[in-house]
Amino acid sequence: MSETAYPSTWRRPPRLVKHRGWRWGLWFGVLLYLVLAAGSVEVDIARVLSGLERGQRFVSGFLQPDFVTRWSDIRQGLIESLTMTLTATVIGILISVPIGIGAARNLTPAPVYLLCRAIIAVSRALQEIIIAIFLVAMFGFGPFAGFLTLSFATIGFLAKLLADDIEEIDARQAEAIRATGASWWQFIDYAVRPQVMPRLIGLSLYRLDINFRESSVIGIVGAGGIGATLNTAIDRYDYDSAGAILLLIIAIVLVSEYASGMLRKYLQ
Amino acid sequence: MLKIEGLSKAYRTGDVALSSVSFRVPRGQIVGLIGPSGAGKSTLIRCINRLVVPSEGSVMLGEIDLTRLGQRALRRQRRRIGMIFQEYALVERLTVMENVLSGRLGYVPFWRSWLRRFPPEDVRRAYALLDRVGLLQHADKRADALSGGQRQRVGIARALAQEPDLLLVDEPTASLDPKTSRQIMRLLTEICAERRLPAIVNIHDVPLARQFVQRVIGLRDGEIVFDGAPAQLEETTLSTIYGADDWQAMRREHDEQDDAEPSQRLSGAEA
Repeated sequence: MSETAYPSTWRRPPRLVKHRGWRWGLWFGVLLYLVLAAGSVEVDIARVLSGLERGQRFVSGFLQPDFVTRWSDIRQGLIESLTMTLTATVIGILISVPIGIGAARNLTPAPVYLLCRAIIAVSRALQEIIIAIFLVAMFGFGPFAGFLTLSFATIGFLAKLLADDIEEIDARQAEAIRATGASWWQFIDYAVRPQVMPRLIGLSLYRLDINFRESSVIGIVGAGGIGATLNTAIDRYDYDSAGAILLLIIAIVLVSEYASGMLRKYLQ
Repeated sequence: MLKIEGLSKAYRTGDVALSSVSFRVPRGQIVGLIGPSGAGKSTLIRCINRLVVPSEGSVMLGEIDLTRLGQRALRRQRRRIGMIFQEYALVERLTVMENVLSGRLGYVPFWRSWLRRFPPEDVRRAYALLDRVGLLQHADKRADALSGGQRQRVGIARALAQEPDLLLVDEPTASLDPKTSRQIMRLLTEICAERRLPAIVNIHDVPLARQFVQRVIGLRDGEIVFDGAPAQLEETTLSTIYGADDWQAMRREHDEQDDAEPSQRLSGAEA
């Protein structure tokens, strides 16, 4: 065997930009852009200071929350939000299960699949606030618009994740049920449902969480619930009431998060 | 009972899995289908109950040509064909009983299967079958709580719950240890003998096939290269089916297993 002089240094070859000059040039360009962009933002010191002052008042209100003065408003807002959340989640699940099944490529013929995927795409493309603005304009202020918004958003979320889950079921189990001569509905019941049920329950509980949080956001654009109450409180400079509302929202989200986590663990 | 004629399957990719396969299986006969992976064993048995749609040829079960049926008629005929799978293919989150009863799906209306209200005779039969395969006390366990051998027994019970006229068995022992494999093969042969059931068993373990089946069909590249009694299988034939090197390696492996458990082999031979 002859001695070969192997190199003792090695560098990872560049992947994206091969030319050395271009690499440095690109980095320089990015840096330049950042500097120029930062320079174009107008910073008004006076506004920052007054903002900080208002922030301070907000923090102090937050530290001394006032549950009492506006309690009847807060209570009504909370009830509205919770009702909206629960009904929207239930209706959303009921509608998204058939759509999810329809959007699973391994179960349905192409036209149904495309239709269901299109519904999902529309629902997911529109953010909750945008839907809420439309629906408030259509049906007026109040929790009904909120309920519709959340139901619509739930469909996109649940149906998509359910469909993806159905597409990943164990094909052998499915084949075995098909081989028994089962009809399409029996196939869904025996081969698909047992495989996707735990995940569907988990996702539904997770969506319940999300819907409650969203219900407080869409209230700000007029769709009722605790968000509307919060918005009113901030408009009135009632920072202590606003603090109370925020605390309640945080508490409810924590409780529902914890409860749904427990339930999911129990169901696994 | 089963008559297959000129059966071919070409996949859309152009791969030919089966080319013009013909054979008959009379009532009560157990046929072992041997051959290397990719020889078309799996495709062949799936073409019989049309889990894979054949491109050409006919499959006659009794008087009915399975290749020409519409969806509804096909489902009715699938009830007559019990299938047992490699890796069991039980629905893991259902109970053992639900898995066995799922063999009745082709017979009961949707509402009965949905409410799990199967007719009394179906339930009785399911219990009897669980007793036959030795799992009566496990009826309410979830299928994924059982061991491999137990799961395959449930698979057998599910196939028999269909009251089939034909059993299709796809690599029943591929994921089992040698001892359990023999137990499962013994159970299968006993049951087929009890019910005079014809069965087609895909099996790549040639010595195991020799021990348990009455007839062997060898497949290579989608064509039948051997059809006869296991005793007629000679070294040269097996070398054609598997290729000389692979066959030698397989035989050595099996001899080692046998040395490890001589008692099992004896009891196997008795059965």
